[in-house]
Amino acid sequence: MILETHDLSIGYTKKTIASRLNLTLQAGELVCLLGQNGAGKSTLIRTLAGMQPPLNGRVLLNGDDVRRLDARALARRLGVVLTERADVGMLSVHDLVALGRYPYTDWMSRLQPEDKRAVNRAIESVGASELTYRPVSELSDGERQKVMIARALAQEPALMILDEPTAFLDLPRRAEIMFLLRDLARESGRAILLSTHDLDLALRTADRVWLLANGTLTDGAPEDLVLSGAFASAFQSEGVSFNISEGAFHVQRPQRTPICLSGDGVTRLWTARALERGGFEVVDSAVDRVEIITQTDSTRFRLHYAGVLTEYESIYALIAALRDNSGVVQTS
Amino acid sequence: MGEITLERPYSAGVWSRRRTVLIALSMGLVAAFAASLALGSVSIPLNNIVTILMGGEGARASWTTIVMNFRLPKAITAALAGAALSVSGLLMQTLFRNPLADPYVLGISSGASLGVALVVLVTASAGVSLFSGLTLVGDVGLITAASIGAAAVMAVIAIIARRVRHTMTLLILGLMIGYMTGSLVSILIHFSIPDRIQTYINWTFGTFGGVTWSQMPLFSAVILIGLLTAYWVAKPLNAFLLGETYARSMGVDVRRARIGILAASSILAGVVTAFCGPIGFLGVAVPHLCRILLRTSDHRVALPAAALMGASLALIADMIAQVPGGQVILPLNAITALIGAPVVVWVILSRRNLRESFSA
Repeated sequence: MILETHDLSIGYTKKTIASRLNLTLQAGELVCLLGQNGAGKSTLIRTLAGMQPPLNGRVLLNGDDVRRLDARALARRLGVVLTERADVGMLSVHDLVALGRYPYTDWMSRLQPEDKRAVNRAIESVGASELTYRPVSELSDGERQKVMIARALAQEPALMILDEPTAFLDLPRRAEIMFLLRDLARESGRAILLSTHDLDLALRTADRVWLLANGTLTDGAPEDLVLSGAFASAFQSEGVSFNISEGAFHVQRPQRTPICLSGDGVTRLWTARALERGGFEVVDSAVDRVEIITQTDSTRFRLHYAGVLTEYESIYALIAALRDNSGVVQTS
Repeated sequence: MGEITLERPYSAGVWSRRRTVLIALSMGLVAAFAASLALGSVSIPLNNIVTILMGGEGARASWTTIVMNFRLPKAITAALAGAALSVSGLLMQTLFRNPLADPYVLGISSGASLGVALVVLVTASAGVSLFSGLTLVGDVGLITAASIGAAAVMAVIAIIARRVRHTMTLLILGLMIGYMTGSLVSILIHFSIPDRIQTYINWTFGTFGGVTWSQMPLFSAVILIGLLTAYWVAKPLNAFLLGETYARSMGVDVRRARIGILAASSILAGVVTAFCGPIGFLGVAVPHLCRILLRTSDHRVALPAAALMGASLALIADMIAQVPGGQVILPLNAITALIGAPVVVWVILSRRNLRESFSA
């Protein structure tokens, strides 16, 4: 047991955000903390990291209260990556990661052989070896985030807490960081807790999800939370619904025109998405229909609409024609 | 295997660059120091200066007096003051995470000015002759007043800086503190006597020539203590590069480190302002020049580099102010502004864009 909380209440003097939390984190686990904006994710993270006092109860890290550990002892057990994009001045990747050895080095921060090994290991395990000697200011956001993770790893903590580590990244980089963190948890035997807004990625990577909504925290495998409906109700809001069979959120549109789609494979999947975006509901039988005609070297889209038959070479052309013909297709 | 082959050349390369820069800066300081002894309204040959410094007599008797009583204390003062202001500026830039911070810009020199004004103008107008009989007590009083003034402003800025990190807000704050102390000083002047007012106004022009041999032990001891304290907090300063929250998460005792950094920078800024007047721009410019040369913000090398370069630039600024061979003496503050202001402009323009430098 790396982290446990006893009857923890979090919040500020005037406002309790959540109370009676009895949470645990095991070694080797990746846990994603999910919740809407304002649900209190950051408050929980800050309380668990000992940066903010709990209103009640205790947070135990390897058996000791995080509020009682001095900064150096805490830094050897807990590594933190914050949302804020730290402007680090002129430091190389190596020097930045070496700062993670702070709780281990002497007053001149001289690196002993074991410190050097820890720094190199940390850089290697986030796949940033080729960046080692680059100035941090020249890195992309994704590279910089990896390096910040390496810096926390160099502290060799039992627990790593990351507050929205993917917030400023593009989609491929988000996936990369999430899978990287999952592998790190598995391979290094550390517990990793992160907060994120990326529901889809969290569902795919997390061993466990902590779902914070309306002052209560639901804990379980992501699949448990999906099946129990906790996920859907936590993020329910007007016009958006959680599709349990796809594991994704959909924007609801009123007045959808039924259309039939024939064809198969990936092409069918993506054509259906385009039609749905355009304001149609793909059904098994309807007056109007789209046929996907796949030949060896090309794909064509045949549209039977209001008794007229036309053919298009791209989904874009198909949707554009539907928009012109019917006025049904809504621009999104 | 990869560890060793990659690690060695990197460390070696980086540290040899750092060593080279520090050695070059040391040689620059020696040269500037020698030049400042040799040049002035009268040029004295270097071999004569060496003789005089070794305890011998110069080729002319007046040269011995000039070197021992005027140029040597002035050069030592300039070197120490330049080092102190630059290190103080570096500490503030890191602590406030603000590239334009320095004792002058943030109004800390203004705080020191107010302290000095209180001592010089009020004690005089109250008829207490602190300066005539009890010189050492007077000096101590002056340093204390300037340091307290500097520390008070530092404390105010430190408290506000925790809430607002915006570069622009802090700079405006410094400006306003400057105006407020300025107006308090004018009120004091209004009730003071002409002699003391003249003393105070001369002091505001800035000079390295005001420290006498009897004051030198105190002046240099305080600055050396400040510089050593600064070096002692080099490790937490490096962690502060990532901001306070990260620093704490990496094991920095933030409260203690903050107090150490604030104390060192106010003592350094306070003592220099007390003895030499408010001297602008060295504190903001030198740390940037050092980081460019060193290509790193690592305080373990940036601090000694800033001290060495600050000392040299102060000596050079003083030599320019003397106008070698001429009888004219320019205000020291004008020269340091001519050196420092372009660096500040460059810092602002070289940040990725203007908005970022004033909002991040």
